[in-house]
Amino acid sequence: MSEAEYNPTELLICIAARQMPDSVTAFIGTGIPMLAASLAQKMHAPHVVSVFEFGGTGAQLVRLPRAVGESRTFYRGVAASGICDIMETATRGFIDFGFLGGAQIDPHGNLNSTIIGPQHHPPQVRLPGSGGGNDVGSLCWRTIIIMRHDRRRFVPQVDFVTTPGYLDGPGAREEAGLPPGTGPYRVVSTLALMDFEPESKRMRLLSTHPGVTVEQVIENTGFELVIPKEVGRNGPPTAEELHLLREEIDPEGFYI
Amino acid sequence: MRVIESGIGELIQPPDLDNFREWNREKKSRALVDKVMTEAEAVSRFVYDGCYIGTELYGTVRCPMSLAREVVRQGKKDLRVAGQGVTELDLWLGAGLVKKLDITYIGLEVYGTSSALRRMVESGQIDTVVEWSNGGITWRFKAAAMGVPFIPVRAMLGSDTFKYSAAKVIECPFTGQKVCLLPALILDVALIHVHRADRYGNAQIDGISGFAFEMSRACKRLIISTEKIVDTLEIRRDPERTIIPYYLVDAVVHTPYGSHPGEMVYCYERDEVQLREWVEASKTEQGTQTYLDKYVYGVANHQEYLELIGPERLGQLRAEEEGRR
Repeated sequence: MSEAEYNPTELLICIAARQMPDSVTAFIGTGIPMLAASLAQKMHAPHVVSVFEFGGTGAQLVRLPRAVGESRTFYRGVAASGICDIMETATRGFIDFGFLGGAQIDPHGNLNSTIIGPQHHPPQVRLPGSGGGNDVGSLCWRTIIIMRHDRRRFVPQVDFVTTPGYLDGPGAREEAGLPPGTGPYRVVSTLALMDFEPESKRMRLLSTHPGVTVEQVIENTGFELVIPKEVGRNGPPTAEELHLLREEIDPEGFYI
Repeated sequence: MRVIESGIGELIQPPDLDNFREWNREKKSRALVDKVMTEAEAVSRFVYDGCYIGTELYGTVRCPMSLAREVVRQGKKDLRVAGQGVTELDLWLGAGLVKKLDITYIGLEVYGTSSALRRMVESGQIDTVVEWSNGGITWRFKAAAMGVPFIPVRAMLGSDTFKYSAAKVIECPFTGQKVCLLPALILDVALIHVHRADRYGNAQIDGISGFAFEMSRACKRLIISTEKIVDTLEIRRDPERTIIPYYLVDAVVHTPYGSHPGEMVYCYERDEVQLREWVEASKTEQGTQTYLDKYVYGVANHQEYLELIGPERLGQLRAEEEGRR
């Protein structure tokens, strides 16, 4: 594959990385968020403070962590503590961004990573469970959700609310007792970038990826997306981004 | 204090704090007793059918894998498990040892979902599954470590993770806000792997400490496995690094490469070849059985397991570890 060509995962990582400003704290989960944080650090945000749930804070993400507790999550970090410290730091309002993913997402950004099907036990399909997802989605200021975009994943109602988005809509998080001012900020999918309309807290299309039409996004979404008058275009991965991803961040090809 | 909502999940291990105090008074010696023993002895003495058990940190990272394998070897069954894990819990699931599960995350991280978990839960062979967040389950240990019956937190609210847990939402008597109360979780047995310990159980961990601090204080029996056994003088030279003081510990097992195929920071890297072998094998019942026959039942102890893996590969893992640079 030449530098000009790229695959959907690489694009996803680049778009996610671009959402992160410099000098913020970011709670990083397994997989693509690790690559996005590492890429952001190498590109425009050298002072992103990565926070990993089992205690790694401020690591230099020189090599790709394959696990949220492994040594690379605190390599040349500023602190190596434990899960309570990290989750309590998030509870006190110190974590600006959190990355999330899941098997299903609904219009209000609620996420499912627990079961597929109508019944909790025994379920049709058992997924790993919340892990730190629920904590991140409850306690970080802004969450960025990373998803493959298709109708099986973007559904009117998730089978199980593992991690709260805006729940039933405006005011619902606060009503449930979650800290005010928190919630989903962006959804980065394989087709587009989305946010949440402030009044309705419903998912809204912001910009589409190269070669993707608004119609394609609508077609691949299992619920009605808010479509604004102006829809932006996301730039493709640059040669520099691709070089960093392939040669430095994931040379072993774990994800890309 | 008004309870607004209750999770419908079973409280698998209700906390009994006064009993815990009595236990800690009667059953945990303050004497400096040599607790070094083999895995076989530690597991047969302290792990029993139907016990509520937990491991720390998790499958690929500083995990008591040799102890986890010994539990399988001895066929301890009907386990009730604090489900935060990767390959260690996968082995127990694959071997059919688990009956009830407080689950937060069981999966294989970069390698995806756990086939063993899927088989055992979807078939209903595990009769009870109760949901928690990662913070949630650790805070439950923290409450037990504090010696109190519950702990108020601001996670899990509004979600189905709460609904299918055994937590409660109450109106805070001080602020009037809704908070989530998590019940203390006192384990019957905990397994923790550390970098170094003395013969009495004073244990030190390098790098992140995960939830070792909380779990070691939230259990009735604690088996430590350790890369190195050191003289107590070495502990006393750096007491601030001791995460687990000896009186919490019931057994000390000397297990170099005890976290294999997981990593041990500053000691050795994780073994990708071995991890992939489990990921593939665990996809079917037959594959699982073949893997367990070879790596668990087919070896008598951790030493034989290491011989099976071979000194060359183990040496390579040690060489790959970047260490403190």
